[in-house]
Amino acid sequence: MPKLTIDGIEIEVEPGTSILQACEQLGIEIPRFCYHERLSVPANCRMCLVEMERAPKPVASCAMPCGDGMVVRTNSETVKKARKGVMEFLLINHPLDCPICDQGGECDLQDQAMAYGFDRGRYGENKRAVKDKYMGPVIKTIMTRCIHCTRCIRFINEVAGVPDVGAVYRGEHMEITTFVEKAIGSELSGNLADVCPVGALTHKPYAFTARPWELRKTETIDVLDAVGSNIRVDARGAEVMRVLPRVNDDVNEEWLNDKSRYSYDGLKRQRLDRPYIRQNGKLVPASWAEAFTAIAARMKGLPGNRIAAISGDLIDVEAQFALKELLTRLGSANLDCRQDGARFDTSVRAGYLFNSGIAGIEKADVILLVGTNPRWEGTLVNARIRKRYLAGGVTIASIGEQRDLTYPYSVIGTGPETLQQLVDGSHAFSETLRAAKNPMIIVGMGAFQRADGLAVQAAARLVGEAYGMFRDDWNGFNVLHTAAARVGGIEAGFLPGEGGRDVHGILDGAAKGEIDVVYLLGADEVDMSRLGNAFVVYQGHHGDAGAHRADVILPGAAYTEKNAVYVNTEGRPQLARLAVFPPGEAREDWKVVRALSEALGATLPFDTQTQLRQRLMAANPIFAAVGQLTPATWAPFGAQGPVDAAPFVTPITNFYMTDPISRASVTMANCTEALVGPAQERTGTHG
Amino acid sequence: MLRDEDRIFTNLYGYQDFGLEAARKRGDWDNTAAILANGREWIIEQVKESGLRGRGGAGFSTGMKWSFMPKNVTDKPVYLVINADEGEPGTCKDRDILRHDPHKLIEGCLIAGFAIGASACYIYIRGEFYNEGSNVQRAIDEAYASGLIGKNACGTGYSYDVYIHRGAGAYICGEETALIESIEGKKGQPRNKPPFPAQAGLYSCPTTVNNVESIAVVPTILRRGASWFAGLGRPKNSGTKLFCISGHVNNPCNVEEEMGIPLKELIERHAGGVRGGWDNLLAVIPGGSSVPVLPKSICDTVLMDFDSLREVQSGLGTAAVIVMDKSTDIVKAIARLSQFYAHESCGQCTPCREGTGWMNRVMQRMVSGNARMEEIDMLLQVTKQVEGHTICALGDAAAWPIQGLFRHFRPEVERRIQAYRNAAPLAAE
Repeated sequence: MPKLTIDGIEIEVEPGTSILQACEQLGIEIPRFCYHERLSVPANCRMCLVEMERAPKPVASCAMPCGDGMVVRTNSETVKKARKGVMEFLLINHPLDCPICDQGGECDLQDQAMAYGFDRGRYGENKRAVKDKYMGPVIKTIMTRCIHCTRCIRFINEVAGVPDVGAVYRGEHMEITTFVEKAIGSELSGNLADVCPVGALTHKPYAFTARPWELRKTETIDVLDAVGSNIRVDARGAEVMRVLPRVNDDVNEEWLNDKSRYSYDGLKRQRLDRPYIRQNGKLVPASWAEAFTAIAARMKGLPGNRIAAISGDLIDVEAQFALKELLTRLGSANLDCRQDGARFDTSVRAGYLFNSGIAGIEKADVILLVGTNPRWEGTLVNARIRKRYLAGGVTIASIGEQRDLTYPYSVIGTGPETLQQLVDGSHAFSETLRAAKNPMIIVGMGAFQRADGLAVQAAARLVGEAYGMFRDDWNGFNVLHTAAARVGGIEAGFLPGEGGRDVHGILDGAAKGEIDVVYLLGADEVDMSRLGNAFVVYQGHHGDAGAHRADVILPGAAYTEKNAVYVNTEGRPQLARLAVFPPGEAREDWKVVRALSEALGATLPFDTQTQLRQRLMAANPIFAAVGQLTPATWAPFGAQGPVDAAPFVTPITNFYMTDPISRASVTMANCTEALVGPAQERTGTHG
Repeated sequence: MLRDEDRIFTNLYGYQDFGLEAARKRGDWDNTAAILANGREWIIEQVKESGLRGRGGAGFSTGMKWSFMPKNVTDKPVYLVINADEGEPGTCKDRDILRHDPHKLIEGCLIAGFAIGASACYIYIRGEFYNEGSNVQRAIDEAYASGLIGKNACGTGYSYDVYIHRGAGAYICGEETALIESIEGKKGQPRNKPPFPAQAGLYSCPTTVNNVESIAVVPTILRRGASWFAGLGRPKNSGTKLFCISGHVNNPCNVEEEMGIPLKELIERHAGGVRGGWDNLLAVIPGGSSVPVLPKSICDTVLMDFDSLREVQSGLGTAAVIVMDKSTDIVKAIARLSQFYAHESCGQCTPCREGTGWMNRVMQRMVSGNARMEEIDMLLQVTKQVEGHTICALGDAAAWPIQGLFRHFRPEVERRIQAYRNAAPLAAE
């Protein structure tokens, strides 16, 4: 433990701590541009220079490890002069176009120039101008503003693992660029604008739309995948202006994927802002009372087993819980929150959760992916696996498709048979698993969205049992869900009840005329053609597939428009908070269900969200531990049985469009155009 | 004056063949096994005692540098890297070693590599030195064929490989860590220190980077004894040194001389004197483009070694003596160096990237006098803002010539500015 003196204060730090980190521990501010705590340290901006005794010249505090007996000064005349000098150099070729710069108001260069710079410029020569670069549909570049801190290069190479950005040329002519004018092929490219300390890289969809001081900031949760990234929604008036990540080291660190970040323009399009009723084959606007009356008229006298409900991917826990209560009161057990048709055992929590936690990936030494493409199904889970890979000493293998996951791994099989070979130890990879200290298996929905899903789940469990993945100090059995609503729905009990039908049964029943009313709670991914002649109630926020088929539409609230609980793939309940109000007559979903229950004569016993949540916590105590992981106890799950030899197929075909919000987003359409499908195969000679 | 029998580079001018046979006649590879048999410690001690200081410019003790290498064998290999990226303007000493005496270098590589426990040696040759690289490669092939290097080098049981890596023409790749990056196939940008190459250098393994001349003199030092080498020159500045004399002299040349020889004697004896006589001398840059210029008054008496030149606020650098007579436009000469550094800055760290361009632009204006008086002090402040604040020494190297110019020739610049203003008075005045 080296002990050193900084500005006359003695401090003892962990070995390997840099002087800059030690200063932070003491609350001493050191200006910096290139240093970023989650990236490597190049020490090239020279802003963090400090004076060290017995060093002939100022040292870069970000790169200098603390040593025993060092005496450091951060506020001496030399240091102040060095900072002023560096600041002046950074500004001589900076355009100083702050009034038209989107970074204005939250710019490191602006702030530090105020704190550490000269009050005037002495540079009388012509400034450098740099041609802007194309970096894809979400990153806007104004490269003249670049101060060459290389954070973007380090982010894309280290965290994203897509080496598409680099520096070319020398000296003053050095430029940051994508190689051969190509869109950055990373799902994490939006973070480039976050790490950029100046306005060189900004968010293209946010360009010229708002100033940071005009925005109302709401800390909430992202729901466009099952990771449950912590986000901040910035809104002005009734409009969401942008989405930024928040720091949560257990979940998303401080990154966010492009879909979660840029789909917000979809929140303004295709919105259901009033109830509709289908009359003569056409949807016509209606009042809430008329809509409820129409539903009540159709439901009147129907036995419970002819009513069914399916919940979608973006639905909060409260709404699912309320609808489940309503269906129970109506005598129906036909409900399912797995609209994607996945079959897995939900009786044991350990069987459907990401048990190790996302941060637990960093402890694993062998990672086996089963039927999953984590890069698209949980981008930040994939980023965590890459982080683990960079730390070294890990073996990664996959059963399923060959994809570019941004780290090397071997495909050891394509289907469930490989799992069985691992169980009986006949597969070559068994040796690696046996030697592992903390082996991990990550099962994706591609493994469960099959007729033999339960058997695959059991086989995966047996692999876990065979190689010591279930221990008191380690649970390496992980399920990576694709939808934010899924685990919450399971925990709230939105599942087929005694003798009830699951989603396959509901669709079959509707097609055969055995189900008369299907309540789609934001479910847009089911095959609408199989709903037959059923009376369809669609409650949701976007005019997507469900609304097109609906007989009655009840407008609900999107995730930025309600206070609600979501549970991520780890089983971590997190609170989403209202950032803007739902548009028009749309209401929070649990309220809609509550109001409908009254119209149906089966009034639910809660009038406020607090009462609802109390019932929820009584039904399942995990909801009380907001932000926490409640460890799942181990018990056998799945159903051993014959498996199909068909290979696992990942359920997502287009990362950028997986749900009603992202499908309504222009930005996501641009991303799809630029990054998915034929565009990727284009060469320089195309158009 | 160095006696002929004390010369180390006996084929500096290429009068004889550079091949192995001719080299052996000159004494190279003479019982190298016996030198290695003395052991690592002995070699390092001898080099320390000889007082050999690095010939690449910084003048750090070579033996000391070697002693920083890990003493015990670990799982990581150890590398020796030879810096043959001779790009310092005015310098051409390594070039003559590479093309005329490559076996001295390769023998030195073997001994130095043995002393630091290296498994391989990389010679990073400046890309423009095409023929020189080919000569070195031929010498390496000969040495392999004769069993002098490779498996069981010189029959000692020590395995040692020597490789050539050709550069691509960037001045900055002569900086040791940028050179390492370049060998690794990356953009040549200096690394931050610490860690020093001795801890984590080439491929993150312990590495020593030495100049060609530093290594090439080692075999002779060990054969003739450390005290012989230490006895030449002045204390702490011992041995012989290759001087490259260029510019306004009657006979520009490369010459091996004793350290500490008076500058005037060096020029008059070996280079045929300054064009038009000693009194026609204006200034001398004594150690390659990076060191501050010296006016004639200092050149009259100064000795050519590390410490003497440091005392007069200049440096020995690579010992490339650039002589300028009174016909020289000294401001233009230094402005040209500023342009060189602005062009060669790697662009990685802020003060150098932005500062070299700024200094260059102001210097170019000062050539014609198109500047304001107060800009002189501003320019000097800018050089101070660059100096000592950068990752590598290129920032310092860009700042020093300008500081040297104003230290000794400020009146000349002021005269030009005044003349320019007189010729073209501002409209407002």
